[in-house]
Amino acid sequence: MPSRLITRRIVDGLAFLFASAATLFGLFWLFWILWTTLAHGFAALNGKLFTEMTPPPGSEGGLLNAFYGSVMMILLALLIGTPLGIAAGTYLAEHGRYSRLAKVVSFLNDVLLSAPSIVIGLFVYELLVLPAGHFSGYAGALALALILLPIVVRTSDEALRLVPDQMREAAFALGIPRWRVTSRILYKAAATAISTGVLLGIARIAGETAPLLFTALGNQFWSAQLSQPLASVPVVIFQYAMSPYDEWHTLAWAGAFILTVFVLGLNLAVRLVARRGK
Amino acid sequence: MTAYAPIERTTSRGATADRIFNVVTVGAAWLVLIVLLGAAASMAWGGRLAFQTFGLKFITSSDWDAVGGQFGALVPIYGTLVTSAIALIIAVPVSIGIALFLTEIAPRWTRGPIGIAIELLAAIPSIIYGMWGLFVFAPVMASDVEPWVNDHLGQWPIVGPLFSGPPIGIGMLTAGIVLGIMIIPFIAAVARDVFNQVPPPLKESAIALGSTRWEVLNRVSLPYARSAIIGAIFLGLGRALGETMAVTFVLGNAHDLSVSLLMPSNSIAAAIANEFTEADTDLYRSSLIALAFLLFIVTVIVLSFAKLLLMRINRTHGRTH
Repeated sequence: MPSRLITRRIVDGLAFLFASAATLFGLFWLFWILWTTLAHGFAALNGKLFTEMTPPPGSEGGLLNAFYGSVMMILLALLIGTPLGIAAGTYLAEHGRYSRLAKVVSFLNDVLLSAPSIVIGLFVYELLVLPAGHFSGYAGALALALILLPIVVRTSDEALRLVPDQMREAAFALGIPRWRVTSRILYKAAATAISTGVLLGIARIAGETAPLLFTALGNQFWSAQLSQPLASVPVVIFQYAMSPYDEWHTLAWAGAFILTVFVLGLNLAVRLVARRGK
Repeated sequence: MTAYAPIERTTSRGATADRIFNVVTVGAAWLVLIVLLGAAASMAWGGRLAFQTFGLKFITSSDWDAVGGQFGALVPIYGTLVTSAIALIIAVPVSIGIALFLTEIAPRWTRGPIGIAIELLAAIPSIIYGMWGLFVFAPVMASDVEPWVNDHLGQWPIVGPLFSGPPIGIGMLTAGIVLGIMIIPFIAAVARDVFNQVPPPLKESAIALGSTRWEVLNRVSLPYARSAIIGAIFLGLGRALGETMAVTFVLGNAHDLSVSLLMPSNSIAAAIANEFTEADTDLYRSSLIALAFLLFIVTVIVLSFAKLLLMRINRTHGRTH
């Protein structure tokens, strides 16, 4: 009997040791990845990053055109994806709450949320690039918008569901039409949660590479036109990191540094604010 | 607000606006369906040339010859499945361990920060995983890990051939490990949430009967959370199957079928990312889109299964509470 108790205690101890080791294992990779990215990237930072274009092989330059392209495509993706996402989320949470369509959409939206982003890129390629005959910043922005869409749908759906029903009942009792209840009262109540979701969505699409490969393609030169192939930070990182040139590797690390700081900074800031809000 | 306006006018005006508002939201909801179905349909349409030309041979042949116009997807399919399997073997026990640590062991004040740190693993863009994998992790694999693997695991009977090969750092094992790290946060987050949902009376009763904490986990929490955990594993699998950039960096883009996990290979997503802009014939392009179609269908099925299992746990909760 006592020996059995000892075995059980040992198994218990081992399980807890394993759980602690697993957590250290997870944190170990996080710190290793962050440390190397920040160390390599910090060494590669210089003023030219924001003033010069991506260079030809073997010479120095910056990432100005890539930053510009990324910012423009993210902004345009936000313009397309946010209103559509909030509208669909409104349907799921409010206007179609108990409908069959809402159930199906809600289900498939979660599937879309985790679907391979490279397929979204190919979809937009077939949809926009092939008919137009050339790659373009618009196509890149649309691909990013399609990735943003399910994120905004999910968060606005959840945010609206958190608004207590008493608020809706009180508003209806005053005879306010439904669209005004939604737009003036429910959106206001859910605004913080929805913007949290949109900000996390920005963090997600800022690092997306695969959907841009066949849509915006990339552009070594300065181009402000969204109707032309457009450079972006992740695609430049991909091309330069895979190249055999040291100067390009350095630029890729610099881009990786800025991308990581932006994405993780946004994530942390949003989480801290959301936590304090609770 | 028109406080003294006649009631009829307000309501009729409200009714029209209501209808418009309704149409807009329904339309946006349909859009989600259209994107999903449209992506599947456009992949099927784009890949039709490859499917017509090769038929079933497209998935059974390992002959990928861009010059000769022969495209068989066995190698990328095999590479995708093997790397995802390695990823799951690593990520599942680790994620459950992390969830156990976060729900039972960690001092309460550390649970939030550690949980956020693990979630940040999911926030790191996959291109960063790829770069780190190529420049930092693969060299370590080549110089330290793979020679050791060769000398030890490589000598074992039966599984030996899996672990013997040139220690070049780039290959299925490296890609599988990187994928494993990437999906840990997804599985761990769901597992933590369901462990937290286990009704305290169930656990307390087990403790009162003299169970150790491990027995509570193994015989109460895990059975209670089983379907959600399986759902989380499928969620991770769906992510691993479709992950592109990280795998593209460390898998080596080789169209050879090899038993050894240390050898370079290819995956569906990596083949598309590497070759699509270089594809110069219609058949080549169509073959890559056909690959995307297969990937999309498989991930949608895997993710739907995940969602079904995760939905069931939520619904039973709705009833019991």
